[in-house]
Amino acid sequence: MERNDTPPNAQQRNPQQQQFQQQNALGPASQGPTGPTGGPPQLPPQMFTTAAQLLDLTDKKLVLVLRDGRKLVGVLRSWDQFANLVLQDTVERIYAGKVYADVPRGIFLVRGENVLLLGEVDLDREDEIPTTVTKAPFEEVFELKKQEDSKRKSGDKKRHTELSALGFEPEHSGEILF
Amino acid sequence: MLFFSFFKTLTNQTVTIELKNDIRIRGILKSVDQYLNIKLDDIEVLDLDKYPHLSSVKNMFIRGSVVRYVMLPRSEVDVGLLEDATRREAANQAGKAR
Repeated sequence: MERNDTPPNAQQRNPQQQQFQQQNALGPASQGPTGPTGGPPQLPPQMFTTAAQLLDLTDKKLVLVLRDGRKLVGVLRSWDQFANLVLQDTVERIYAGKVYADVPRGIFLVRGENVLLLGEVDLDREDEIPTTVTKAPFEEVFELKKQEDSKRKSGDKKRHTELSALGFEPEHSGEILF
Repeated sequence: MLFFSFFKTLTNQTVTIELKNDIRIRGILKSVDQYLNIKLDDIEVLDLDKYPHLSSVKNMFIRGSVVRYVMLPRSEVDVGLLEDATRREAANQAGKAR
């Protein structure tokens, strides 16, 4: 850690001083692009906040994957430090087997804890849909999805009972993740 | 805070992240924050056929709480230094608890 956060001569100092140096380097008032004594270049600490990470995704077209497996495509309009998000012109894309369908949804306000990941859509490549999936009517996809979900749910349940009988705690108990 | 600082030293390296839902994504680590949320650039999804919704995604924000593993380039990790820092942090924590 010291290699980048503290000047090279920090190695010789006593541990408490080193500790201080390390914490100091994390603080908001940390030094500029180079270390205090011309050490290795450092990125400004404000680069490493949730806000900074989301800032350049604002007003971009995104794919949002939620903890319950939903995939939303929309434009990110607002957010905060917990990754609570507001999406505009959202379309929910439902995938099942080799087919998918789009459902227009409008504005979405998502609580941060439900966010799995957020990906920026490359507008040049957005129409290149993989050959493994084809668009189908919503009713058809929805029906297939329902079947898939119930199949997975019963499979999960069976696995959980077997695992807990052996004394294992399921990896993400209570949390649905896919 | 130790691992936050550790990940900060790995920015601009190529890492592979495995999520709790088994998706594996390789990309350039652009930034990390206090919750270990991760931003990846120029991503590549391993086993893309299973996750068609990620086919046209170029960069990605991943919430820290859904990450299972981060696979790092071996050459970029100073194991000795990390061990040292970890022990110091642990000792520090134990000292605080007392």
